Amino acid sequence: MTETTTPATRFAVPGRIAVSGQAASRWQTATLTEIRRETPRAATFRLAVPEWAGHLPGQHLLLRLTAPDGYVAQRHYSIASAPDASGHIELTLDRVPDGEVSGWFHTVARPGDTVEVRGPLSGFFAWPGDRPALLLGAGSGVVPLMSMVRHHRARGLTVPLRMLVSARSPEELIYAAELGAETTPVFTRSAPPGVPVGRMAAAHVAPLLADRPAGGWEAYVCGSNAFAEHASRLLVAAGQPVERIRVERFG
Amino acid sequence: MNVTRGFTGRPRVHRPGLPPGQYDAREDWPVLSAEVTPDLSPADWSFRVDGLVERPHTWDWDAAHALPASAYEGDIHCVTGWSKFGVRFGGVSLDAFLSVARPHGSATHALAYSHTGYTTNLPLADLTGGRAWIVWEYDGAPLPPEHGGPARLVVPHLYFWKSAKWVAGITLLDHDEPGFWERNGYHARGNPWEEQRYAGD
Repeated sequence: MTETTTPATRFAVPGRIAVSGQAASRWQTATLTEIRRETPRAATFRLAVPEWAGHLPGQHLLLRLTAPDGYVAQRHYSIASAPDASGHIELTLDRVPDGEVSGWFHTVARPGDTVEVRGPLSGFFAWPGDRPALLLGAGSGVVPLMSMVRHHRARGLTVPLRMLVSARSPEELIYAAELGAETTPVFTRSAPPGVPVGRMAAAHVAPLLADRPAGGWEAYVCGSNAFAEHASRLLVAAGQPVERIRVERFG
Repeated sequence: MNVTRGFTGRPRVHRPGLPPGQYDAREDWPVLSAEVTPDLSPADWSFRVDGLVERPHTWDWDAAHALPASAYEGDIHCVTGWSKFGVRFGGVSLDAFLSVARPHGSATHALAYSHTGYTTNLPLADLTGGRAWIVWEYDGAPLPPEHGGPARLVVPHLYFWKSAKWVAGITLLDHDEPGFWERNGYHARGNPWEEQRYAGD
């Protein structure tokens, strides 16, 4: 009579949930303190959020702008900075053509401006630094992955971490100067002399999976939907278990 | 009101049917899924109704298609902010499945689950009375895999994470049991008109 077949949610690794209901439901005022250009299309916006509850690398927040007539636009953005005690968080935003919110950030915003944020949200696409992490990103999909890389460095973690990041060209590679030995960039349109041009492929993924650490990788994929589909298929084809692939898709 | 200096937003036309905090995605249909899109063929798909029902039942692709066809034409709303107007889904009303399984009077909620292991909870009242569908067609064509094909649940009056992709079944319960995103801080019900996005809204 009450026989059920409801399976456990196998891709939800327990113990990851870092969302505080209270923190996530409260809008806070964030003050823009610094703008740094990353690439011709992307810039980093540093925000002071005095009562920020902290986050895990990979989490996102909801941000809203309010027009004088009360109109509100809200968007989800991944947090780029590692968790720290600075009272600041950083977002790296691509300038989206005709983008209502990113357009404001890229053309109007200046230090001293205030916006509202709530979060952090969702502990699913998050990496606390407790297990080997394999990160695959494209374009601005590198943003939440960079939070993980920065966290790894800031804490001096020894757990393995590797990143494959795809960009159209070296000029469009976000955080280029900050990427280190953990990262392999893949260029799809133009590359430095001697570096092949092409899409992320099995040849990039296979060596990382062949060199699987004890306990295996936790894989994080972030980018456009097309990239997310492509990269997650590469991982599955190379033997990564589907329940250990977490995907964040940027519309 | 915390007005943002220099922000005017897009030119606004009054759009009836657009819930608060949403924008019109127009031709776009963003894909939102935390999972790898499964390779699930119609032959491998099935849909089960069990839990607090008189007759637990599983339908395969052909048996589900033998039920009376029912379409949804209207709007959908995603918690991430986009809404899409005038979408057309073809499938079968969930009422048709429930009339076979016959819910007990004690059933108040359902936990929907997918072939991949995703779960989401819904009050039973949100699934009955012509308000929920199992669909396999979008705009007259087979539902694309990344949008939940071969078949997904559609509960258009709630935020779309409730409309489980690659749906495998629903279990009827006499209590509410949070699903995957609900355990990740999202709202238990998800009514777009009340902006029930996250726990605490």
